Amino acid sequence: MTGISKEFPGVRALDNVDFRMFPGEVHALMGENGAGKSTLIKVLTGVYGIDAGTVVLQDRQVNFHAPLQAQQAGVSTVYQEVNLCANLSVAENIFLGRQPRKLGRIQWSAMNKRAAELLQRLELSIDVTRQLSTYSLAVQQMVAIARAIDIDAKVLILDEPTSSLDAGEVAQLFRVIRQLKSDGVAVLFVTHFLDQVYEISDRITVLRNGRLVGEYRTADLPQLELVSLMIGKEMAALEQLDEQPKRQVAALESGQPFIEARGLGRKGVVTPFDMTIHPGEVVGLAGLLGSGRTETARLFFGADRADQGQTLVNGAPVAIRGPMTAMSKAIAFCSENRRTEGLIGELTVRENIVLALQATRGWARPLSRRRQDELVDKYVKALQIRPANPEMQVRNLSGGNQQKVLLARWLITEPRLLILDEPTRGIDVGAKAEIQKLVVELSDGGMAVLFISAELEEVLRLSHKIAVLRDRRIVAELVNDDTVDADRIMSAIASAGRADENLEVTA
Amino acid sequence: MSERVKAVVGNRLFWPVLALVLLLVSNLFFSRDFFSLEVRDGHLYGSIIDILRNGAPLILVATGMTVVIATGGIDLSVGAIVAIVGGLACYHISTQPDQNSLSGVITAVLMGIGLALVLGLWNGILVAGIGIQPIIATLILMVAGRGLAQMITDDQIITIRSPNYKFIGAGHLFTVPFAILVALLVVLLAVLLTRRTALGMLLESVGGNAEASRLAGIRARRITIMVYVFCGLCAGIAGLMISADVSSADGTRAGLWIELDAILAVVIGGTSLLGGRFSIAGTVLGALIIQTLTTTILTIGVPSDATLLFKALVVTIVCLLQSPQFRAKFIRRRRPPVPPPATPAETPKVEVPA
Repeated sequence: MTGISKEFPGVRALDNVDFRMFPGEVHALMGENGAGKSTLIKVLTGVYGIDAGTVVLQDRQVNFHAPLQAQQAGVSTVYQEVNLCANLSVAENIFLGRQPRKLGRIQWSAMNKRAAELLQRLELSIDVTRQLSTYSLAVQQMVAIARAIDIDAKVLILDEPTSSLDAGEVAQLFRVIRQLKSDGVAVLFVTHFLDQVYEISDRITVLRNGRLVGEYRTADLPQLELVSLMIGKEMAALEQLDEQPKRQVAALESGQPFIEARGLGRKGVVTPFDMTIHPGEVVGLAGLLGSGRTETARLFFGADRADQGQTLVNGAPVAIRGPMTAMSKAIAFCSENRRTEGLIGELTVRENIVLALQATRGWARPLSRRRQDELVDKYVKALQIRPANPEMQVRNLSGGNQQKVLLARWLITEPRLLILDEPTRGIDVGAKAEIQKLVVELSDGGMAVLFISAELEEVLRLSHKIAVLRDRRIVAELVNDDTVDADRIMSAIASAGRADENLEVTA
Repeated sequence: MSERVKAVVGNRLFWPVLALVLLLVSNLFFSRDFFSLEVRDGHLYGSIIDILRNGAPLILVATGMTVVIATGGIDLSVGAIVAIVGGLACYHISTQPDQNSLSGVITAVLMGIGLALVLGLWNGILVAGIGIQPIIATLILMVAGRGLAQMITDDQIITIRSPNYKFIGAGHLFTVPFAILVALLVVLLAVLLTRRTALGMLLESVGGNAEASRLAGIRARRITIMVYVFCGLCAGIAGLMISADVSSADGTRAGLWIELDAILAVVIGGTSLLGGRFSIAGTVLGALIIQTLTTTILTIGVPSDATLLFKALVVTIVCLLQSPQFRAKFIRRRRPPVPPPATPAETPKVEVPA
């Protein structure tokens, strides 16, 4: 693939990207969320057409207009979510649409035999006549792969195949990948797990913001460098927030913490952790996508229930059973998914802003319309929500303004702990800077803030303390003084994998 | 189009109102005195009053249905509740030595309403407590409830002689049919409860995005249960009204298919079946449209075997008129042949005056 560009309305998803794959090699495609990985895959498999550039498959220029064309040319894809029919048998799934037939009749025994042989190649001996849903996710994944390689695949694309597998299942999958590699198949592997990239891949291509950062041999690229390539540092130049005289963390931490987590965790989601957040303190959560940042924050708010450990608010243990309990303790949570978990698109700006406050009062004690208008007016002005029309449906606002509406909803509840999950994602630079400034002002005013962002620079600029996550575990907690910079955080992310159990830094 | 006309047409009640007015006016061609009202023996009479009185049970049921649909749910069991409550009240009265005794009638009404609340609570718990899909959860009571009603009435039509009970369905108060006043009261209550408190907004929030509502701290479960209880209550009152009107309870036929008319009324009134924004006023209009249609069919003398087809045709037209997508498509389809040939034709025209 050379010079691939793909534009969506308003976004340049891929900008002149080159990408190559070799037979018998595993190629990892890396990049943060929104870097263009999935767009590239979809271009390669014919889901999207391309605006510019060429795709060459075995010396022949191809132009796929539909997934079926790509499949026929030998490009098979296994998507993150297994897309098979759970109610059909394993063999039926493998041969769906291509059942061996004789005079229009399906030859069941031939089909089952071939299915069994195929799975044998993947070192999997299961009863192929049983319903697919009776097998584990890992087996289903294998079946999906079996289906993909039976279409005489020259190129196999695995999009996040390991996200739902446990360690043993991953090992089994990797055995299969190695076998395919030795058969001369070119494998494209997408994952967020760095360890797996280093275990299986021969070559790495890094994308950032739709641009090619570079292609590297895995052996020549240290983990630390990979992380910094993926995250990039150009954001720092974009915005300058006046360098705050960093308040002394020691002074902040002298008082009683507002909230304290002791061994808080949720099985299979967040490894138990300890954390304290003091009034006026901004604690940043840093880590790559899928490292458990959001999941950690959700436990504080009760969006998911913790099944281990306890939470203390102002020194007293509190069982946070759900958002209502958290809100009664003045905890607020702005979700990263504004549309699905934050705003009610159909309701107006005003209604969205007063929603949480009204919820705490119950339905029987409505806020008077005048009070609503006062509050909404104040926050529309203070946060500069545009257009300044409280009666507009919130879904018609731009991303940045929607984010401000969500912020306003929580600010009028006067929280003492504000959890911000990716508050600046997908919004323009101006709105981003405003929100960052707001975080500083709020914490100066004594509010405790838990701040999550994929952008390290942003976390560094705003936080007093940074907890670093990797693989759903807090691997380091750093006091954000002069010695801490992006490199130090990245090295914490990278080294935690290597040292694993030994390195649980608590600085 | 001037701004004012645009505002009127853009109002979401514009189309239902227009449909109702057209339906009413079309009656004038068949019955000159359609709009005339007269007072006989201190009672108000007229076709319009008939529509309101006969439409009262549907208005009630549809009002309850509106709030259920606003949460993204649906209640199929309202017809069964109508039959059960009517059956219970009539059965109780039929066992009294004096069927017209005020205390007996009041107990019957209270028992009926109490049972309606319990049945609504049952639906609410199935939906919000256990998490069964609303259409399935209420289907249980829709089917089982019919059986329950038949058990109460012993699979017969219970006929009672109780003028006091009959008053609920056929009586007059201040010259106006009592049923109209009851429906009006319940509708007002629903509007006050949803628009004067925060309930309406919270309902729309839950119906619009349940997960976001939960994360905003709304007790969605409690609200959902309340809504089904209210819907049960509305159906129960309608059940009393229907059985009182004919002084009898028929477990098999009372309130049959009223759930479908009610859902239709809600949809005609502009509330989306997906939940979210709702309009009780729209629903009342929708119920009146359906009732007017039934009356119209009688006045213009559609042959009885064509009645259902005629009704379906009108309802389809009303619903299509309601849909902005349809209107947009309709208007676009009439216009597009014009622009493509217009462009080349215009080019030389520009050159001439230049």
